[in-house]
Amino acid sequence: MEDSQLLHLLELVIAKYNYWGIAILLMIGLYAMIAKSNLVKKIIGMNIFQTAIILFFVSIATKWEATIPIIKHAHGGHAHSIHAADYMNPLPHVLMLTAIVVSVATLGVALALAVGIYQRYETLEEDEILGQLKQEQIQAEESGGK
Amino acid sequence: MRRAGLIGVLLFGAVLLYSSHAFPPLGDPQSPASRHVSDDYIEHGMEETAVPNLVTAVLADYRSYDTLFETTVILAAGIACFFLLRRYRRKAADYRLYRHIDTGITLIIERGGKEPEDSSEFERIDAQWVPYDLIINKAAGLVVPFLQLFALYVIFHGHHSPGGGFQGGVIFGATVILLAISRDLRSTRQRFSEKRAVYLACLGLLLYAGTGVACLLLGGNFLDYGVLSRLVAVDPVMARSHGILLVEIGVGMAVSAIMIWIYYNVASAGRHDEGL
Amino acid sequence: MSSQLAALIIIAPLLAAVGVNVAGWINKRLCFPTALAALLVSLSAAVLLMRQVMAADTRIYRMAGWDPPWGIAFYVDALNGGILILIALVAVINLMATRQDAAGFFEKRLGPFYALYLLFVTGLMGIVITGDLFNLYVLLEIASLTGYALIGMGGARSRISSLHYVFMGTIGASLYLLGVGYLYMATGSLNMMDLAALLPGLENMFLVKVSFLLCLVGLFIKMAFFPLHAWLPNAYSHAASPSASLIAPLTTKVMLYVVVRLVITVYRPDFAFSQLPIADLIVWLAVAAIIAGCILAYKQTRLKRMLAYIIVIEVGYMVGGFWLANAAGVTGALLHLFNDAVMTLCVFLAAGAIFYRYQSDSLLHLQGLFQKMPATMTAFVVAALSIIGVPPTCGFFSKWYLLSGGMAAGHYGFVAALILSSLVNVLLFFRVIEIAYFEPEDHGSDFEGSGHVQAAVIREAPADTVLPLLATAGIVIAMGFFVHTLVGWFIEPAIAPFFPGGL
Repeated sequence: MEDSQLLHLLELVIAKYNYWGIAILLMIGLYAMIAKSNLVKKIIGMNIFQTAIILFFVSIATKWEATIPIIKHAHGGHAHSIHAADYMNPLPHVLMLTAIVVSVATLGVALALAVGIYQRYETLEEDEILGQLKQEQIQAEESGGK
Repeated sequence: MRRAGLIGVLLFGAVLLYSSHAFPPLGDPQSPASRHVSDDYIEHGMEETAVPNLVTAVLADYRSYDTLFETTVILAAGIACFFLLRRYRRKAADYRLYRHIDTGITLIIERGGKEPEDSSEFERIDAQWVPYDLIINKAAGLVVPFLQLFALYVIFHGHHSPGGGFQGGVIFGATVILLAISRDLRSTRQRFSEKRAVYLACLGLLLYAGTGVACLLLGGNFLDYGVLSRLVAVDPVMARSHGILLVEIGVGMAVSAIMIWIYYNVASAGRHDEGL
Repeated sequence: MSSQLAALIIIAPLLAAVGVNVAGWINKRLCFPTALAALLVSLSAAVLLMRQVMAADTRIYRMAGWDPPWGIAFYVDALNGGILILIALVAVINLMATRQDAAGFFEKRLGPFYALYLLFVTGLMGIVITGDLFNLYVLLEIASLTGYALIGMGGARSRISSLHYVFMGTIGASLYLLGVGYLYMATGSLNMMDLAALLPGLENMFLVKVSFLLCLVGLFIKMAFFPLHAWLPNAYSHAASPSASLIAPLTTKVMLYVVVRLVITVYRPDFAFSQLPIADLIVWLAVAAIIAGCILAYKQTRLKRMLAYIIVIEVGYMVGGFWLANAAGVTGALLHLFNDAVMTLCVFLAAGAIFYRYQSDSLLHLQGLFQKMPATMTAFVVAALSIIGVPPTCGFFSKWYLLSGGMAAGHYGFVAALILSSLVNVLLFFRVIEIAYFEPEDHGSDFEGSGHVQAAVIREAPADTVLPLLATAGIVIAMGFFVHTLVGWFIEPAIAPFFPGGL
């Protein structure tokens, strides 16, 4: 009983190994965004998170013994019939081209904000920034109450 | 906070890993994702759009509306970086650095002093100037024309080989960024100014949206390239292929210009005087 | 041309955004008229489209000439037709009201500001009008990115607040995308109508359930539903006034629309409400949102931050009302969507006008405002009455629907939270009104640099800020008078098939 359950579990992991890899990447990216205190490391974690989702979609598109979705012998040879099983699924690739551009755009905006933060606070560590914010708030309260 | 985050992340991962047992097998041609819509793309894409590269066909024709907004996203990011960072310096810098080419002596000329502007014996340098960069300068300069040619190839041959507007546009933008990194930002900005980048980006997006509006004005739906056959003397299928090419060119222009624009703003923190 | 209205709604602001960006480099005075013209075109197209929808039930627009699910299609029914008009109206009023404020605050960056403004509105309208799930993600990201940039350019703490918003917003959008991926893996389609046909007969329902949860959590992050609301108070209170009064009324409401659309059209209410045992949990979370929002809003000493926490409360109302899963609750939630957008616009415009004149929104500095800014404070009072829920303003009617929904579902916790929060809103707003009504004790020698020279001087906001503000207050009252028309035109046709008992 135990043997076949173990086999079943192993089969699950091995047959879908890349989904497990993607799940681990997602966890790494999410943890980096939450737990790291350096802003650039958080941004890198965000990028890892988005890239893992891109990998997920691309994994859906694969087919065994299929080639890239460019029709072979396209011009002059129209007698060729096209079988769907010979070519990979093009739709997730299309969607992920868009997702990659979106993630680059988000990365650009996040980096622009980080540069602005660095110009103001002279540091990129989140705890130091929070300390400076608290100082500013205390000073503002003191000067506002006078 | 960190402990709670770790527990949350592990919970999230556990949900994902548990759900993987319900996924269809990897690479199965009979999985629902590979059967419903994509079969029709593969089998009829070539005859409906005359473009062998199915990814380009789906990207720029079937789902062209998505791609228009993808280009808009990257334009929005370019505008956002400009909006957040750009500083217009009203006063000149406190000093400028000039280097005498023959002897290697560096002059610091403070504000108000006389600067050797058009002299051929002095060159203006940045604070991060590095000597002995001859190899990098020359190697990068030699490679750039070939890279640009390859970028144009990727855009125009995107119908038949992996490629398309985004890929080629990014390569083209990377060539200018390569110049900016290997030399200095100032000389690259003289060759390719920020204003030119903005106009090129807007022109690219207008080319894309304009093709769509042209289709509207000719009586079809937005971005329905088939009606372009009323303008040019080809059948609707070839009109689709040409429409895809036009749109990809617009995308390539826009993406290359915006990559350069974002680099200019982020690398110099908006001041556009010295880059990385 | 009348068949192309749906595309026109989106094309006009998009092209204008590109044009404004170029115009910003040539001549800044061209930016405002171009933006206003584009938004007026969008507004008229939305109204005309709504008339077509009312005549013909729904309108489907095949983008690029391909039939769905091979191409992308727009799908316009009564609900999103109404929301399109709402978004365009809010955008136009805000554009007109904040013209001087924006010109003064942004100066050289006016061109990019209006370009980002138009792109934000394009993104929101695209989210509402589309019938394709992945297209929704792309437009969601446009609206988010431009929102990050608009918020990031504000007061002193705006950049770090915006960066936190970037992180949380990206997690939310990515979770939504992951959910769409699961749904695609299970069905092979991305089109909403197609999925509605495919899902009931599907065997692999486990993936569908997980996808629903992922999408829901992602959208809850984006609409700042408790406990995922942490980004909202900082982001909205530190943003510049012209940006805050655009983003605050619209973002959370459009995200709620996406949840409603997913539940009503894609997943179908019987699946969403009964097959997954989370409806009760969500209503209790909404109760927690309302109570937490009340407590946190009470502790605030700055006007904009208090208003931001009130938005958290309003989101709690809407989400809780929707997940009560009966006709009155759902109607109340959707009606509150419309009402809250207008109320929040009014109240944020008033706060923006106060900030523009007095450079401070601390509650301590608001003394004597009724004498100094009578028109602004009148509009503020009208909006406050609506948020509290006093007839005949529109807020009363949506709260009435929510209350009857709560009673009908037997969820007395939600009913109690509604009543409690109305009382707390009374406290909050009357505190502000009391401070603003009475003049300071000593005439202007106490505060440095806040301009309280003589208590009787009227320093009202400029006319082109006050007139739209008063118009918005008028709309708040008018929506109360015409509430049955509103429900009949926009809400009932969308939800009547699923809640046949009537209200």
